[in-house]
Amino acid sequence: MAKMTGAQAIIKCLKEEGVRIIFGFPGGAVIDLYDELLNTDIKHILVRHEQGAVHAADGYARATGDVGVALLTSGPGATNGVTAIATAYADSIPIVVLTGQVPTALIGNDAFQEVDIVGITRPCTKHNYLVSNPDDLVQTIREAFYLAATGRPGPVLVDLPKDVVASMITYPEKKKIKMQTYQPNYEPHPGQIEKACKGILAAKRPVVYVGGGVILSNASKELTELAHKISAPVTMTLMGLGGFPGTDKQSLGMLGMHGSYAANMSVAKSDLLIAVGARFDDRVTGRLDAFAPHAKVIHIDIDPTSISKNVKVDIPIVADCRAALQAMNTWFDKSSEFDPKTSAEKLQPWLAEIADWQKKHPLTYLEKGDVIKPQYVVQQLHELTGGDAIITTEVGQNQMWAAQFYKFNKPRHLLTSGGLGTMGYGLPAAIGAKLAFPDATVIDIAGDGSIQMNIQELATAKQWGAPVKVAILNNGYLGMVRQWQELFYNRRYSATPMEVTPDFVELARAYGAVGLRAKTKAEVVPVIKEALASDNLVIMDFVIEREEGVFPMVPAGKATTEMLLV
Amino acid sequence: MKHTLSVLLQNKPGALSRVTGLFSGRGFNIESLCVAETLDPKVSCMTLVTRGQNHIIEQITKQLHKLIDVIKVTDISEGEFVEREMVLIRVKAEANTRAEVLRVIDIFRGKVVDVSPTTYTVEITGPESKIKAVIDILRPIGIKEIIRTGTIALARAPKK
Repeated sequence: MAKMTGAQAIIKCLKEEGVRIIFGFPGGAVIDLYDELLNTDIKHILVRHEQGAVHAADGYARATGDVGVALLTSGPGATNGVTAIATAYADSIPIVVLTGQVPTALIGNDAFQEVDIVGITRPCTKHNYLVSNPDDLVQTIREAFYLAATGRPGPVLVDLPKDVVASMITYPEKKKIKMQTYQPNYEPHPGQIEKACKGILAAKRPVVYVGGGVILSNASKELTELAHKISAPVTMTLMGLGGFPGTDKQSLGMLGMHGSYAANMSVAKSDLLIAVGARFDDRVTGRLDAFAPHAKVIHIDIDPTSISKNVKVDIPIVADCRAALQAMNTWFDKSSEFDPKTSAEKLQPWLAEIADWQKKHPLTYLEKGDVIKPQYVVQQLHELTGGDAIITTEVGQNQMWAAQFYKFNKPRHLLTSGGLGTMGYGLPAAIGAKLAFPDATVIDIAGDGSIQMNIQELATAKQWGAPVKVAILNNGYLGMVRQWQELFYNRRYSATPMEVTPDFVELARAYGAVGLRAKTKAEVVPVIKEALASDNLVIMDFVIEREEGVFPMVPAGKATTEMLLV
Repeated sequence: MKHTLSVLLQNKPGALSRVTGLFSGRGFNIESLCVAETLDPKVSCMTLVTRGQNHIIEQITKQLHKLIDVIKVTDISEGEFVEREMVLIRVKAEANTRAEVLRVIDIFRGKVVDVSPTTYTVEITGPESKIKAVIDILRPIGIKEIIRTGTIALARAPKK
């Protein structure tokens, strides 16, 4: 068989894996690969900072469900990507990151642009590799894609020494990947499914608690079917939003620290919590001993380590969410004990109680004349996009307002850094999503603080024809920290006022984008309309109420029923 | 509760640091750790002694299993098992104590492996309790240096 260079083999392998687009930034250690990129139809998106490359690959992966790919050079190129790798790891996002490395003979010599990236990323990747033998090159990349996409997905890093990439190799034939040490379990145990379904039959106050696993396993349809069948109310984590339609009458919205009153009360009073692809994160549970104290817990998760990690689980189901939900739907369809109508009637008192909570304390905010309230901006974005836009967010108040007030009806329409909480995620992720779906409206809901963390990617968006819309909720503060300082630190605003902020309208122009500003409530809708009508990259600068807070709020360490309300 | 875990893992660069990194990163403690190749040179076996409540041990076991390089994790302290540790102790052995040291070593079925005019270096093997006992007895005589291997352990073979 004809020999080829390592670089040619890598590109061939990426093609085989179905890669259409790579986000990256070149450098000395990857120059051979970049040379080879000129000979392929895989599109390479040159970013302006490596963190942006990995976030964009992550945004692409979240929007499409495919594996996102980033290519970085050695040393600082690789370390610049680390925050974004950790972001993908915290949210279980399938990406493959290829990093250049100094030649094998120099490894360990403190060579120029050398860093032990495999050591650095060990705790924030699902797995990582240093390819030291050219003959392992292709198989390693295949394994990386396999690991990233299967089981509980996650980022996989492959470190490629320059001499390995330059060496001549024989391209190995493609064969099915089988790893002795890695065999994720997809199919649920029928006995556990039966136990879970019988638990649901017996429950008087069930709540379905949906996490990002439902999105990752493409189980929204099956989940919606089950929820409708059993008439149970559904609450979602930040990562689960869109897994069940936000405008459905059974939806309670988000739960947890900034969850709705009804969602948190329902969980606190429920007798059966049906957790699907969620991991009982501290932002969801609040004080652990007060979380769902009366509930039996069913937990569906593909990762056994998630089960009984924080909350004791009564009926664990280790399986792919979709497969488990399908099995439950089938069980109910076949069961003679179950009738949807009787079941719905039985839950009436419970649903009435929940409806009372919803009526008493709906998600809301106080209007204040002509001052722009951020929640209003998000509501108008929802309205004017028909709820159909792909929304990315930064992290902080902007993220929570987006989660609360943009009613996500479809999965993969909210791309946000949930687990790690990475400011600077939204803009590059939006670029990744826009390049995956050029016809979709993609909006980054940002704050004036967060947007500056990766604002250089405006140039990337401009260069590669990714006209995303950035909606800055500008309050001149690092708003979420300011809110904590207001509530718990006696209004001592240490380092939260952004005393100098660029003029975002002028900044947009500098990047060849459109800059729009709204200073009054009346200007909000016209600005959004103009932004949506433009086929250019747009920054909308909404000058909002400076000290608006995110409510409800469960103070850290409190029970989720101890909410501060509007 | 003390638990002894036996972990089979691929003999690859970095595999050990994946395990130790997991323990330090998640705040689990390691009392001792001992690792070497098995009959299959591609596979290593690690004996790891740790302490924690049951739910912590359950997490440790699951997290270890989740590592891609790990083949199998067994909590062998759940059943019958044999454990051994070896210790080398350099103990003061001067005219007035030489005989006593030898007697103690003999009682514990140890061996003298190195001799100097003022010290004996002795080798003792046994379960952790025995090692502890011999250290307690030799300490008043004067231990100058001590080095322990950490525990290795094997589940007992089924009797039938």
